[in-house]
Amino acid sequence: MNLSLRSPSAGTIVAFKAIVFALCLLPAVNLALGWQANALGANPIETITRASGEWTLRLLLITLAVTPLRRFSGLHWLLRLRRMLGLFAFAYALGHFAIYLWLDQFFDWNAIALDILDRPFITVGFAAFVLLIPLAATSNSFAIRRLGGRRWQSLHRSVYAIAIFAVVHFWWLVKADIGRPLLYASILAVLLGLRGWWRELERRRQLSVPPPAKHLEKKVIRLVPRQ
Amino acid sequence: MLIHKPADVPPSEITPRSLFERRRNFLARSGTGLVAGAALWHGLPGAARASTRLQTVPSALSTTEPLSERDAVTGYNNFYEFGTDKADPARNAHKMEVRPWTVRVEGLVGKPRRFDIDELLRLAPLEERIYRLRCVEGWSMVVPWVGFPLAALLKEVEPLGSAKYVEFVTHYDPKIMIRDVLDWPYTEGLRLDEALHPLTLLAVGVYGEALPKQNGAPLRLVVPWKYGFKSAKSIVTIRLTEKEPATAWNKFAPQEYGFYSNVNPEVRHPRWSQATERRIGELRKRPTQMFNGYAEQVASLYQGMDLKKFY
Ligand code: HEM
Repeated sequence: MNLSLRSPSAGTIVAFKAIVFALCLLPAVNLALGWQANALGANPIETITRASGEWTLRLLLITLAVTPLRRFSGLHWLLRLRRMLGLFAFAYALGHFAIYLWLDQFFDWNAIALDILDRPFITVGFAAFVLLIPLAATSNSFAIRRLGGRRWQSLHRSVYAIAIFAVVHFWWLVKADIGRPLLYASILAVLLGLRGWWRELERRRQLSVPPPAKHLEKKVIRLVPRQ
Repeated sequence: MLIHKPADVPPSEITPRSLFERRRNFLARSGTGLVAGAALWHGLPGAARASTRLQTVPSALSTTEPLSERDAVTGYNNFYEFGTDKADPARNAHKMEVRPWTVRVEGLVGKPRRFDIDELLRLAPLEERIYRLRCVEGWSMVVPWVGFPLAALLKEVEPLGSAKYVEFVTHYDPKIMIRDVLDWPYTEGLRLDEALHPLTLLAVGVYGEALPKQNGAPLRLVVPWKYGFKSAKSIVTIRLTEKEPATAWNKFAPQEYGFYSNVNPEVRHPRWSQATERRIGELRKRPTQMFNGYAEQVASLYQGMDLKKFY
């Protein structure tokens, strides 16, 4: 079992992907059924606005948790779930924004523009959403090849800013009870903190590496992937 | 939800909620006459409903707009002492004991005294007042309150000439209520002339029955031309003062919640546009009315005041 988890067969990975795909769909299906059954409380539009926003944030954080999980567990294939998780985060963001445009504002473009310009929590939410678009558009092998790994990677680093904007969006929209935004902010702080810490470790490691022995020079092939 | 209304039922076949409720009220009123105090004793939900109806007289101040669903009125509440989610109060408020209950009326009055809740129920004829309720968060309802004018109570204690404001202090019990978020107990306030206005109601019931606890049992304020948070729930002290009293939300975020907090589509809130509102049960938003549609009755209270400054 342990062995197969560490290096699962292609079929097992496909099965994992299918399970994660279904799990990611679940909240949306749940909301759709609830809407249909009129079971989303007295203010169903508020319910779906909030639920879609919260799932966007959760999926963003789960996506950001893939790398740490992989490092701690040694399950390197987890990386192969990351693109799907990120795309689901975008899909929920799209849904969240669409609900806002349609059901909340009924395409009242004046009110929408005023909201984006004038209400800080909407401004940062909108920034997070807009910044997600290029990431979603380049989440395919073709784009990675065209951009080249390094450029692709530096583009996708903006996900850290997006996650921060998302948490700020939540923080600013609550009236008084900052309990949940605080929870998500703490999780994000851990996820970002780990990366900072790893960077620091890597820097120290590189500084302390002894110069390679003369007879091995130009013969060592770097196997550790660049972070 | 409106968009799911089956298209094959012609509108004429659907009894408007308000009509339906009024028929029920009528049936109840024309039944055995119940003593209001006895009916309020337990505030029984569900099965006992039929026997807990309050005797009320209709009011000319009621709106004829269709009532919000009872489930929305009693299940979608802001009562932060019992949790900040709209469904929390209905889940948690049962822990609050509402008998015995006394209300102290004190401060700048000739005859300060304590009133037992059952005494208050007999103070004045109970009226059904169907009011619009506009929450600062941008949603609204139409609620059939049962109560009597606050003025009737204030008359009993004879306010002194020096009294300019009325402060409301609400019940707080840290054993059953949350401890953080706001500075408890929740307090609210009105200018004396606002408090004496005939629209200002002390409510003891809703939908013809005793107030459910999540709606602020056994006694709450209802000020229909102000944002909902001004209408303090589960009141224990009413104090007449010379200075403007501190109010809970104003203390928490003064730039967001003013002392007056009159419904005003022209004064925006940093978080919510106040130009429109969603009537609970409806899909599209509607324009918000000045003073929540009560301008004719109350605008004169604010003559000459800059309502952008005194928001
Ligand atoms: C990546 C982008 C975004 C994320 C992660 C996000 C996340 C969230 C979260 C977590 C909530 C609160 C959920 C709750 O209260 O339980 C929320 C609410 C909300 N968001 Fe977003 N959001 C995003 C983008 C946007 C955009 C672009 C808009 C509109 C232009 C928007 C408008 C709103 C509104 C109106 C609410 C509800 C506020 C309320 O009910 O008081 N969001 N969002």
